[in-house]
Amino acid sequence: MSGTPMVHADRVSKSFGSNRVLKSISLTVNSGEVLCLVGPSGSGKSTFLRCINHLERVDAGRLSVEGQLVGYRQKAGKLYELRPKEAAFQRREIGMVFQRFNLFPHLTALENIIQAPMRVKGASKAKASKRAVELMERVGLGDKAGHYPAHLSGGQQQRVAIARALAMDPKLMLFDEPTSALDPELVGEVLDVMKELASTGMTMIVVTHEMGFAREVADSLVFMDGGVVVESGNPREVLANPQHERTKAFLSKVL
Amino acid sequence: MTNDPEPDLGPRPGAHAAATRANDPLADDQEGEAITAIPLRHPWRVLIAVVLVLALAVFVIDAAQRDDFGWADVGKYIFDKRISQAALVTLQLTLYAMVIAIVLGLLLAIMRLSPNPVVKSVAWLYIWIFRGTPVYVQLVFWGIVSLIYPVLTIGIPFMTPWISFHNDIFTNLFVTAVIGLALNEAAYMSEIVRAGLLSVDEGQEEASRALAMSWGQTMRFVVVPQAMRIIIPPTGNEVISMLKTTSLVAAIPLSIDLYGVSRGISAVTFTPVPLLIVASLWYLLFTSILMVGQHFIEKRFARGSGQRKAEKSLPPVGPASDITNIRMNNIEEGRQ
Repeated sequence: MSGTPMVHADRVSKSFGSNRVLKSISLTVNSGEVLCLVGPSGSGKSTFLRCINHLERVDAGRLSVEGQLVGYRQKAGKLYELRPKEAAFQRREIGMVFQRFNLFPHLTALENIIQAPMRVKGASKAKASKRAVELMERVGLGDKAGHYPAHLSGGQQQRVAIARALAMDPKLMLFDEPTSALDPELVGEVLDVMKELASTGMTMIVVTHEMGFAREVADSLVFMDGGVVVESGNPREVLANPQHERTKAFLSKVL
Repeated sequence: MTNDPEPDLGPRPGAHAAATRANDPLADDQEGEAITAIPLRHPWRVLIAVVLVLALAVFVIDAAQRDDFGWADVGKYIFDKRISQAALVTLQLTLYAMVIAIVLGLLLAIMRLSPNPVVKSVAWLYIWIFRGTPVYVQLVFWGIVSLIYPVLTIGIPFMTPWISFHNDIFTNLFVTAVIGLALNEAAYMSEIVRAGLLSVDEGQEEASRALAMSWGQTMRFVVVPQAMRIIIPPTGNEVISMLKTTSLVAAIPLSIDLYGVSRGISAVTFTPVPLLIVASLWYLLFTSILMVGQHFIEKRFARGSGQRKAEKSLPPVGPASDITNIRMNNIEEGRQ
């Protein structure tokens, strides 16, 4: 593994108006690692995730992906905001999966997956479709390529969304509460796909309430509350033996 | 109302027994007894229907015999070449004005959603003026605008102009009519387009950006196709409305459209009523065709959404929508 971490956050802060949602977040994710971000709602986990691919901009601190500043360019000691095109270029290798799937409802599952490879990378339709079919099979939906999202279950939609993100061959995958909007019996099928993905060495940052997944799959676990990192470490140790009062209080409610 | 205190709906001893007997919740034999009630009568419905049909029949029979309607003249002029050519002019006015209005409306809608406050305000001002004044008044104004601006110039203000030319645009009355109708309609179209764009879930744009697609690609491949579902039905209504609004070009004054030519003929023959009927029949023919066309376009853009949603957004009047509604009802009944 190279010396540059996949994601490096150095005292990252972010406010919405007068509301400081992230307060000096520092953390590092190395290539091939799976990091689970847990914490009560409103703790800033999702916002932090969205900062990593510049859907939100950082107010203070430095956030970089593979050594490159996210959303800014540093030149002669000054920071320049990136043009929309340059910001889009940075997102090419960062896949994101949303809580509410956000599949394009007017397109079939296959069309959802081939959009970005065709529009962004200029892949031919035939090539993109071939790859999309492979990805659909990988997430266990080989027979659903022609279905519209409305005709798929929540779990199936989320698996299509994962395939859609993978179609760009990302180096980093961001998951924003991928199972929170699912019926309980559908959670497992999505987690299975994510486990398989982790086993192939994908770098993943997962905001989740699934402590079982964190314990089994994650290399490290970060507990956030009120915009700060309260506790972090090996997920099995943190979950079994939380050090901080707030971590204990939170875990006693969700475990 | 009936005095019977206990209609058929109350719990029955038989049903109780069936419920307690069955341990298997999936067993068929625990269904309650079928309801065989006398259906509620609707005497008023029948009465009102009969009265309406009779009134209509009386009107039709009476109208057929009245000389003032001049049915012979209606037959004579309905396929008159002057009328059918004028109908073509009306269609052209509608088509050109709507195409310009949709493009301009899209531009105004994007301007109103712009983060630049000046751009936003300019669009708002345009819509305020063109929606806030009657289209008839606007058409009169465009009719005389060449008197206010007889010469158009390009150059630095208050200096000798580089180029100056005669205002020939607004001396061509057909072009004036198209511009006048389009500028008015653009204000309405921009509001329709804006509502459509705003109706698309924010998560769609976000997902598209997260996939590294540019703003233009996001609009073109993700937002606009979804907005179309909201934009198409009112736009269809606007086309139908525009077809009828073209009759106001008399204000410019342009008189080669369907209504203008009918009026011109009746001014010579002194038979206004039959020519009004002729013009109305042509307008009705066109609006009916447009309604059917709208139905199929809506179906096309409803892909990926629940079928019934698309059916609901059909205009309330029109042969196509009635047929599909009946069909949908039949399908639903079949399911139950």
